[in-house]
Amino acid sequence: MTPLTTEGLEDLEARMKPLVTRYKGRKGITIPLLADVQKELGYIAEEAVDYLSRELDLPAAELFGVATFYAMFRLQPEGKYVVRVCRGTACHVQGSALIGEQIQRHFNVKDGETTEDGLFTLQYVACLGCCSLAPVMMVGNEVHGRLTPDKAIQVLETYRAKA
Amino acid sequence: MASCGIAAGGGPVFDRLHELLDSREDVEIKKVGCIGFCYMEPLVEVEKDGVCVTYGEVDSALAEEIVRKHVDQGEILKEHVVLHNADEAPENPRMENQVRIVLRNTGLIDPENIDEYIARDGYKGLEKAIREMTPMDVIQEILDSGLRGRGGAGFPTGLKWKFAHLAKNDKKYFVCNADEGDPGAFMDRSVLEGDPHSVLEGMAIGAYAIGADEGIIYCRAEYPLAIKHLNTALDQAREKGFLGENIMGTGFNFDIHIKEGAGAFVCGEETAMIASIEGKRGMPRPRPPFPANSGIFGKPTNINNVETLANIAWIITHGSKEFSKYGIGRSRGTKVFALAGKLNKGGLAEVPMGMPLRDVIYEVGGGIPDNKKFKAVQLGGPSGGCLPEELLDTPVDYESINATGAIMGSGGMVVMDESTCIVDVAKFFLSFVQKESCGKCPFCRIGTKRMLEILERISEGRGTLEDLDLLAELAVQIKDGSLCGLGQTAPNPVLTTLKYFRDEYLAHIEERKCPAKVCTTLIHYSIDPEKCIGCTKCARNCPVEAISGEIKKPHVINDDICVRCGKCIEVCPVGAVTVE
Repeated sequence: MTPLTTEGLEDLEARMKPLVTRYKGRKGITIPLLADVQKELGYIAEEAVDYLSRELDLPAAELFGVATFYAMFRLQPEGKYVVRVCRGTACHVQGSALIGEQIQRHFNVKDGETTEDGLFTLQYVACLGCCSLAPVMMVGNEVHGRLTPDKAIQVLETYRAKA
Repeated sequence: MASCGIAAGGGPVFDRLHELLDSREDVEIKKVGCIGFCYMEPLVEVEKDGVCVTYGEVDSALAEEIVRKHVDQGEILKEHVVLHNADEAPENPRMENQVRIVLRNTGLIDPENIDEYIARDGYKGLEKAIREMTPMDVIQEILDSGLRGRGGAGFPTGLKWKFAHLAKNDKKYFVCNADEGDPGAFMDRSVLEGDPHSVLEGMAIGAYAIGADEGIIYCRAEYPLAIKHLNTALDQAREKGFLGENIMGTGFNFDIHIKEGAGAFVCGEETAMIASIEGKRGMPRPRPPFPANSGIFGKPTNINNVETLANIAWIITHGSKEFSKYGIGRSRGTKVFALAGKLNKGGLAEVPMGMPLRDVIYEVGGGIPDNKKFKAVQLGGPSGGCLPEELLDTPVDYESINATGAIMGSGGMVVMDESTCIVDVAKFFLSFVQKESCGKCPFCRIGTKRMLEILERISEGRGTLEDLDLLAELAVQIKDGSLCGLGQTAPNPVLTTLKYFRDEYLAHIEERKCPAKVCTTLIHYSIDPEKCIGCTKCARNCPVEAISGEIKKPHVINDDICVRCGKCIEVCPVGAVTVE
């Protein structure tokens, strides 16, 4: 996902309008609203928040407050694939720290960052709930288990080859 | 075809079976949820005339053989059989040791087909409740069963419902806590993916009991398959009239919608969840007022865990006595445990409350792989504790576990062996809590950070004995000064490890040694020049180029560059690399 340029702004209003229709006047909708923004734009763009704040009559500070609280919301454009390396107890005990380190070294990317080619965003997450297959990582919505540092790299290289 | 089955390679196996059998009238292929035997996935069960044979570790090639030999010729492939309902099989004991109430349908039915749920007494509990019982009758039945919250706090479910029932308001909410955030826990995920209707039915019965018309399932976004199956189940339940207006013609109205979480562990705490549902930052609130009186948007709200709810319909159809006959003391019924870590047979198992910890780990869990020595079992996630070998005869029930300083928690059990460093584990949990703390209470926000810094110092060999006193002091203050369960229980892992594994802390502090050889600053990799044959494999595979040496000459590891990843040990053909 490339970051929005000023040309993308006209486009932005058109893309955000369906969200205004969907959520106007409803209570407790900040999380689904922001999730939809992220689905559409790839991240929570500041310009989008400003626009929605005006249209839905919600303080921008409130929207940013929610966006910065929850780990799933990205304030920077995310890569084609979000790589979630599980750092839960079972995965930790089975060596997930080493897997994370190897991915960082191999793809030259840190936790929370996106690779230069825009392909992978690396995220360490708390627990994916596939503990008996530890260590585990999710690439997009696909779960990969029983990993070793080498296997993890192999899996990611397969995605890279497909892209 | 639950998340674990797919991750273990079930997708291609399922596709291959489809290719071979799709066109045939005499064979039906079904997708089912997780049966809890994760260590043997992918699993394929062949059923004919009531005889069920389950094969383990199936790949596409074995799938073909199963079709050719078993399906077409009736010849069972004995070496691959793991479960058999009419004959002996190696994993039968694991099934027979269980009492599957919560997991009664998981792994047996297609979760996307409501008719299969209905065929196994589905929605009979709801029918009995709303046609034959009053709300107070339902509450009394749940009280009599002794069911306590399975999310970890263990509060009597019947009592919680009673409070919500007694609250006077014409708008009430019934919420299912599907935010299963405890690292190491995946019981709820299996039920949501494999038997979603059991949760919906439980919610409907509970809503009837308390007088709610709106239900919300707060499900963590990390469970996309669970959300998908829940949505399918909701559509199907509405179609059949089990949800919506005038359910079964009784005038009872109740419908459910899903709210997805967004990656905040603290939102599993009920008041933080309420804030999140209201669209705010997930920060807990003081109680009183309790959610039963004032919850979502100020209305009476009842929140129950997935596993708790999955018990409800069964209790109503079978009666409270059938449930309470299992268990000991004040812990009745069964509990689903998620076994993971250094275990031969990781997965899910549902056993009666009161089974000794030793039996759960060795009988059900299959013991420690590679004959390594058991060190500790972690119970209750970041709110719980690590228990040593001496406590393995502790029965698994709320009171007995609480007495050790740990908590039963949601049921995640992570087993550790001699290669796990306890100081590292305590540090791990504190860094988890640090990340997930909402920040509202200074003692939780700042106190856990200070505790983490002390543990980091200890793991780097810069700790002192005074640090241990400081940890204990901080722990008490954080417990007292925190508004919610996250902060109140955050010190538990440190407190239990200090109590039961003090020696290991002392080794790090007094000897600057990590007995388990984990803490990177305290361990050093070196190559034995007598054994090294100079094959250069280690140098070529080292990810940080820390190894140097000429061909056929002994190689040397640069300690300053080495990141202790273990790759050199893995590739060395002569075992010349040692860790001290």
